[in-house]
Amino acid sequence: MTNLTPVIEVRDLTKRFGSMIALDAVSLTVPADSITGLLGRNGAGKTTLMHVLTGQDFPTSGEARVFGQPPAENASVLQHIAFIKESQKYPDDFKPLHVFRSAPWFFENWDADFADRLVDDFRLPLKRRIKKLSRGQLSAVGVIVGLASRAPLTFFDEPYLGLDAVARQIFYDRLLADYAEFPRTIVLSTHLIDEVANLLEHVIVIDQGRIVLDAPADELRGRAASIVGPKADIDAFVARRGLEVLHREELGGTASILADGIDEVVRADALNSGLQLTPVSLQQLVVRRTGGALAEASR
Amino acid sequence: MIDEGKPIFLQIAEQIENDIIAGSLAEESQVPSTNEFAAFHRINPATAGKGVNLLVDDGVLYKKRGIGMFVATGARDALIKKRRTQFVDDYVRPLLAEAEKLGIDPTTLRTLIADASGNASVTPQSTDPART
Repeated sequence: MTNLTPVIEVRDLTKRFGSMIALDAVSLTVPADSITGLLGRNGAGKTTLMHVLTGQDFPTSGEARVFGQPPAENASVLQHIAFIKESQKYPDDFKPLHVFRSAPWFFENWDADFADRLVDDFRLPLKRRIKKLSRGQLSAVGVIVGLASRAPLTFFDEPYLGLDAVARQIFYDRLLADYAEFPRTIVLSTHLIDEVANLLEHVIVIDQGRIVLDAPADELRGRAASIVGPKADIDAFVARRGLEVLHREELGGTASILADGIDEVVRADALNSGLQLTPVSLQQLVVRRTGGALAEASR
Repeated sequence: MIDEGKPIFLQIAEQIENDIIAGSLAEESQVPSTNEFAAFHRINPATAGKGVNLLVDDGVLYKKRGIGMFVATGARDALIKKRRTQFVDDYVRPLLAEAEKLGIDPTTLRTLIADASGNASVTPQSTDPART
């Protein structure tokens, strides 16, 4: 399903706001027809990156290409993009009904029947003024536009503020089903990593304006693990295997580390050395990659 | 279901293998589509496809163009043979290591296994799901 020409290609992209560097020589590619997770903490640069990719901002230096072309002021690129953001503004007297009626003007693949079904799924009141909608209902409007537009490239930037667990599950299920039927490129930026981990084919993690992870999701599974054992054994093991330690805790004579770069050989060695090795979730890996004390110190 | 730390596509392949070994997926019967696997397990369709393709490469499944995936004849025996060779590494060695740690000598271990399998052969009859 993947790896034709990449839909997004970014090379040495830097974006400054005054003295603040939002993106620092970022390079990445997003494979075509993939669901890619763009993960990172608040202020890491995710939204800035999406603004540049959707032509709403210019790079300070470097290059961003979308469908092979620079996106800024480029109608032939932008007409293929849907950008669903948390803080979408609508005209004051707009109702959801108006949003969905005007959507076909912007999105040539708009599926009105699909949108209707989603309105039912999310129990969205069509004729209530958007100003009067709850936070979750407002998010549902964006999610519906993002799904039913079937744009060749869709960005969801924290699309579900206020959506409850049931509504989020509906979003994931509909996204997967529709994506399976109509493959397209989806970039999903979210903090709820555990919830989306299995949906992702590709993962990009950004921290303080830099890319700290860019890999197929399957490669990341099992690549990091927590290893527990007697302190001296753990130290010897880390040295022997040249592991990158992302986090370390000690309790009495026992040490627990979170290490990256685990493979079959390391796993077998841990087992033979009597150490306890447990794989960690993508979310734990991202947390340790983007905020752990050791991650800071190693920079 | 899906567990951490192991590529999902491998887990999908293993689950299909388990269904073939257990007989719930008979030889020459059609397996669910990639999209059905994806929806059921709530995983990316490309990942599900990777798992299915792994079994195609192994000759366990085969593709009928425009129809779907089917279980190959002989797949069950081949899988059982493969799993038997893994059995020692996956089950026997860990068992021996734990037994040694606890000071259970080989004779006692043999008795324990005989006792446990004696019980196991009785248990399924007493809890026959068809009667309850």
